[in-house]
Amino acid sequence: MASEGSEKSVVAVRPDPLHGADPLLAPGQTLGSVTEKISSIVIGKGNTTPGWIFGAFISFCLLMLLNTVITLLAIKGVGIWGINIPVAWGFAITNFVWWIGIGHAGTLISAFLLLLHQKWRTSINRFAEAMTIFAVMCAGMFPLLHMGRPWLFYYLLPYPNPMWLWPQFRSPLVWDVFAVSTYFTVSLLFWFVGLIPDMATLRDRATSRIKKLVYGIGSMGWRGSASHWARYEFASILLAGLATPLVVSVHTVVSFDFTIAIVPGWHSTIFPPYFVAGAIYSGFAMVLTLAIPLRKYYHLEKMVTERHLDIMAKVMLATGIIVAYSYVMEMFMAFYSANQYERAQFVERMTGQYAFVFWTLITFNLVLPQFLWWRKVRRHELALFLISLVINIGMWLERFVIIVVSLHHEYEPSKWFMFFPTRWDWATFAGTIGMFFLLFYLFIRFLPMISIVEMRTLVHETSETGPHTSLYPVPPEA
Amino acid sequence: MKSDSMNGDSKPKSLPNDSVDLNVARTNLDKMGKKRLWQSLEELSDTKLHRDFKENEFPARYKDSDGINRRDVLKLMAASAAMAGLSACTKLPQEKIVPYVRPPEEIVPGVPLFYATSIPESGGAVGLLVESHMGRPTKIEGNPGHPGSLGATDAIQQASILNMYDPDRAQTIRYDGNLSSWTEFVAAMSNVRGRHIGDGAGIRILTTTVTSPTLGSQLKTLLAQFSGAKWHQYEPTGGHSARAGAQMAFGRPVNAAYQFDQADVIVSLDADFLQTGSGHVRYIHDFASRRALPDGPSSNLNRLYVVESMATITGAMSDHRLPLRSSDIEAFTRQLATAVGVAAAPSQAAANIPVDWLKAVADDLTAHRGSSLVIAGETQPPIVHAIAHAMNAALGNVGKTVVYTESIEAEPVDQMASIKDLVNDLNADKVDFLLILGGNPVYDAPVDLDFLSALIKAKLRVYSGLYFNETSEWCHWEVPATHYLESWSDTRAYDGTAGVVQPLIAPLYDSHSEHEIVAILSGQPGVSSHDLVQNYWQGQRTEKGKAFDDFWELTLYQGYVTGSAFPSVNAALQSDFLKQAPASAGEAGALEVVFLSDPTVGDGLYNNNAWLQELPKPISRLAWDNAAFVSPNTAQKMGINTQDYVELDLNGRKVSAPVFVTFGHADNSVTIHFGYGRLRTGSVGTGAGFNAYLLRTSSAPSFATGLQISKTGKNYPLACVQHQYTIDYEGQKTDKESLAAVEQRDLVQIATLDEFRKNPTFAKHDDTTENKTLSLYPNYKYDGYAWALSIDLNRCVGCNACVIACQAENNIAVVGKDQTMRGRIMHWIRIDTYFRGDLENPEAYFEPLPCMQCENAPCEYVCPVGATTHSPEGLNDMTYNRCVGTRYCSNNCPWKVRRFNFYLYSDWDTKSLYGVRNPDVTVRSRGVMEKCTYCVQRIQEAKIRTTRENRTIQDGEIVTACQQVCPADAIVFGNINDPNSRVSKLKAQQRDYILMSDLNTRPRTSYLARVRNPNPAIRT
Repeated sequence: MASEGSEKSVVAVRPDPLHGADPLLAPGQTLGSVTEKISSIVIGKGNTTPGWIFGAFISFCLLMLLNTVITLLAIKGVGIWGINIPVAWGFAITNFVWWIGIGHAGTLISAFLLLLHQKWRTSINRFAEAMTIFAVMCAGMFPLLHMGRPWLFYYLLPYPNPMWLWPQFRSPLVWDVFAVSTYFTVSLLFWFVGLIPDMATLRDRATSRIKKLVYGIGSMGWRGSASHWARYEFASILLAGLATPLVVSVHTVVSFDFTIAIVPGWHSTIFPPYFVAGAIYSGFAMVLTLAIPLRKYYHLEKMVTERHLDIMAKVMLATGIIVAYSYVMEMFMAFYSANQYERAQFVERMTGQYAFVFWTLITFNLVLPQFLWWRKVRRHELALFLISLVINIGMWLERFVIIVVSLHHEYEPSKWFMFFPTRWDWATFAGTIGMFFLLFYLFIRFLPMISIVEMRTLVHETSETGPHTSLYPVPPEA
Repeated sequence: MKSDSMNGDSKPKSLPNDSVDLNVARTNLDKMGKKRLWQSLEELSDTKLHRDFKENEFPARYKDSDGINRRDVLKLMAASAAMAGLSACTKLPQEKIVPYVRPPEEIVPGVPLFYATSIPESGGAVGLLVESHMGRPTKIEGNPGHPGSLGATDAIQQASILNMYDPDRAQTIRYDGNLSSWTEFVAAMSNVRGRHIGDGAGIRILTTTVTSPTLGSQLKTLLAQFSGAKWHQYEPTGGHSARAGAQMAFGRPVNAAYQFDQADVIVSLDADFLQTGSGHVRYIHDFASRRALPDGPSSNLNRLYVVESMATITGAMSDHRLPLRSSDIEAFTRQLATAVGVAAAPSQAAANIPVDWLKAVADDLTAHRGSSLVIAGETQPPIVHAIAHAMNAALGNVGKTVVYTESIEAEPVDQMASIKDLVNDLNADKVDFLLILGGNPVYDAPVDLDFLSALIKAKLRVYSGLYFNETSEWCHWEVPATHYLESWSDTRAYDGTAGVVQPLIAPLYDSHSEHEIVAILSGQPGVSSHDLVQNYWQGQRTEKGKAFDDFWELTLYQGYVTGSAFPSVNAALQSDFLKQAPASAGEAGALEVVFLSDPTVGDGLYNNNAWLQELPKPISRLAWDNAAFVSPNTAQKMGINTQDYVELDLNGRKVSAPVFVTFGHADNSVTIHFGYGRLRTGSVGTGAGFNAYLLRTSSAPSFATGLQISKTGKNYPLACVQHQYTIDYEGQKTDKESLAAVEQRDLVQIATLDEFRKNPTFAKHDDTTENKTLSLYPNYKYDGYAWALSIDLNRCVGCNACVIACQAENNIAVVGKDQTMRGRIMHWIRIDTYFRGDLENPEAYFEPLPCMQCENAPCEYVCPVGATTHSPEGLNDMTYNRCVGTRYCSNNCPWKVRRFNFYLYSDWDTKSLYGVRNPDVTVRSRGVMEKCTYCVQRIQEAKIRTTRENRTIQDGEIVTACQQVCPADAIVFGNINDPNSRVSKLKAQQRDYILMSDLNTRPRTSYLARVRNPNPAIRT
């Protein structure tokens, strides 16, 4: 790859004394080496590797499948999906909640942990944030696509009109509109502000005219002056402060879509914290799903170290336990409340026609992640990758169980009816996965996937803590 | 949907020689793969016969010869009605028709007129009032003055209007498959007349059952002119056993009219008198009137015992039901007769007749002399009918609960003998000219007669019917018949009351009535149906001149001839039939097959009616198909399950059918329904079901034993709208669970009469009153009207009429079998069916479920755009224009009464269907939620009218479509702000309850609990 030159001038960074032999940054990183390593992935020669092309092409094909589905939806209507009465929400809303949940990890890492001065976030926050934005983009499409008449989506917005018609503000779907659009806007701004100094770095290192121009525009005239840095820091903290409550609020509002309704299995006060925990759970799983192959492929093990994997696995374990507790409490309350509808709902979940989905979900979300109690598993790339995949699937199934299984077995026994997904249900889901990954492929190819600025700061900080404080290469001791 | 190809090829008029080759059939079957369904060996072996059927499957649409197409006719109709007083140059009929309510000079665009007419049915006509918008009939309602209707109709009568607008109807006159014209047809018929004048030995006329006095008289006149001519009648279903039973009992085919309102104890022997047969609409009314409990616990109920093989709505309404194979019912009848004191010949012992049960029934009957009633069903042989007459006589019921009159048929004949006679004559080459008026004998004649082979031996064959079908296919002349809404005729009701059929619209196509065709043959070409009918009645009445005109006008106005019901006759019971030895019930253990007319598509006439095809059949809730119905026990024993595709083999005659395991069916018996498996029908009926006629012979027209069932290993998906069929899949658990849930959830409140008397408020949920104070906010005050609905579950017989009435009134789309299977049926009111008890003979309960119009509506607060809102009158309104289709409201509706247009379900392309739509109701587009509105258009109409008249709406002034049609009078709509309204009084009854009151949604629709009246002598 790159940075052969910098490797020669070795070593100033001492191991992080707080963490002994288990650093957040592998020994031997310098300001120059991290800058070189990260930026070379973007502007170095020969980076459009066959692997990248292959992955991007597959994702592109899936995106085209999504286009096909959307065209078909526009022509024929939502009937192409398997939804019916009573199961009027199917894959679309399941996917919406799933994607929105995935986004949460990025915001948590970039904003919440920034405020808490968690240094380990540095090397993963950029792509986690990108993941957030792409996931919210995928999520945001579903409420539009699932509408019977999507061309009238603006009825949900409070725009002035001669008939004085407003959205119906008691409906959680209107709250969703505000929650999700706010979330997307803040996340995008936060991400972009963080990118400005890095774009400037890329601008300065770019060799071609076009790259200079594009990154130049992206860097918005950044010159690295003290006032730029001051404003940059201020804006980052401000946006982090804005984004942090969104980590909690967005999925809380999404959970209101269900709790506000009187559907047995939806109508529950436990949903907001349970949904937030679940969102972070699935979000971290997705970060790991992306990070493990990335660090392997682009040889970033020195920046995204085993310790990062370990910490993220611990976060998953913790949120997973909250989720498990929520499941148990949900079931307990169904029985404890003596509400016959709730009881019937949970008996149905466990023993009904969708029981296999429920038990798969329990296995994936509650049982298999218990392996994370072992440090070895947490630091084993393959094991962790598989567990993260399993949690991603499990969390999708959780939303499926909440939405479809609850609806198919509601109050009126004469309208207990199964939902069977059609090929277009799967195609829509696969299509958004394609869109997500294509955006991600473009991101890792054209933008620094790790924040150069923050890595430099980390290099600086970790080296400062040692006795031989030096930001510069020193000759090896004799 | 449509086939616009011109198909002018002439068709073969003789049977092709290429007969079925089994080897070819097998090879073709292999080629088709496993998924394709096939219907017949002819199809598989690809004979020319079948190819011809297939090519003509979609009737070609011809343009009218004078250049006016359907659309122009519709336009003309609308325009001409508006300009009726101004212009005479339109296609308006020249005859005088009289509106029922308001005179035509007051025609106001947008304000409908109602005309009285009758729908002719072989069992007796039902009087109708037909709503007409600008000369375009849109909705059928019952005629309150007509004894066969009393304001109600059944589902089929409701849906019959769709047949008139059916784009697949016969449209042009054809000769030899080519376009022809009425003029040419008249010439050809006159030629026939000329050739045969004198003896007419080669002339045969085949009709369905004729109840029209005019047509009957025309045919008799014709026969008088042609001494050698013969008139045959054949209809596959109808009152054949009843006629023969009366013949057996009384020596002549008298007509039995029952008075269910007089009967305290009723015993039905395989008689589904609430669903089919003569007078059933009236019978529902009379029966339900005795279930109403008007005085609460102090009122009395009648008691109904039903012995039947397949669970029907009559069985569901019974207090005691005994599932018994149809072939065992004769033995039961004989034993019952003996027990009530009729000395019938002893029957063979039938092991499965419970002696205690029979004795209790007999005791109950004898305890109610003069107020009991025994009624035998059409599936039973004549002897059962005759013994039932004998029992009624012995019990002193004659003249009280059963009245005998002359037959309402113009010429009652044994129709099976009649068609056999015709086939014999055809095979003996005696027939020169065969005129078939309606019916479809090639499809529905007994299979052993091989009607088609006989038919083509007639030298000139003429078919006239509403549709071109399997029979017209083989006729030289195909003449479109008028729909009853397009032509003049007359009818007789179940009690003989004569009614006039007056047209609502000029024929949409080049159609002509039976009267006109018969008139040509009898030498009166060019005489209109109107004149023929009027002339007939002029001959019948004593009034002349102006007095007759007054009579005629009154008759048209009210739709029937006052006082024309037949007087009762004194029918003397004969006794020799009682000595007749019982028929052998077939070998014990042999599987029985029972043939029934389908509860939705009838005997096949309504096969192309999309409303009826999509109407879930009572009990089974199956749409779009017929099936082989078996009991759970039999299914288990044979290792078959719902949706298995099996081959039914009756003495070598085979047909493949899907299995449907149904509750309450007699064991060791299979029921199959007619009306499906048509080879030549319209786009709706094509491919639906299998043809049960292929197993029916003239010797065993109702049931036969010796059926063999073999599995094909294939699966046939069925569209069932309620999960009753889960009996086979994920098994009985679901059903038990749903049974438990129904009881826990107070969906159907049930008590026996004794329990009701002990605890009159058994239906009330404890926290109903408390719930009203649960909110922090004060209740909304409904100042003006507060609309509400009350549904009496004790009256409702589950006949489905309300479902179709709602569909017709509210322009509800049809979605097709595939979408029905996907759970997207659009009916705004549905008849939920719940069962209680064991699978072999459970009690069945019907619950019509329209929108509950909750005051705390869960659907309203979740709509993000405010498309569903509460009206100040308590209605849960739906604004289609505002709806964006998030479907959240449906998710949050506990009753799931909201319906969503997942696709563009409304047919916006077929122009002829525009005519049937109600102009007061939006035709919904795709992506929009819809639901029951309590017929808000009718409410608005009344409000506008009464506001103009400066008064308030009176109770009963607004009737919803479901209320209007209900023969049982189970649905009552009104204003609960008026304590004296009918609905307020019903809601004040102790039986009143609301569904799932613990949800605190406070529905405006409430129910009156079901009260059964079991016989204490029978242990349940």
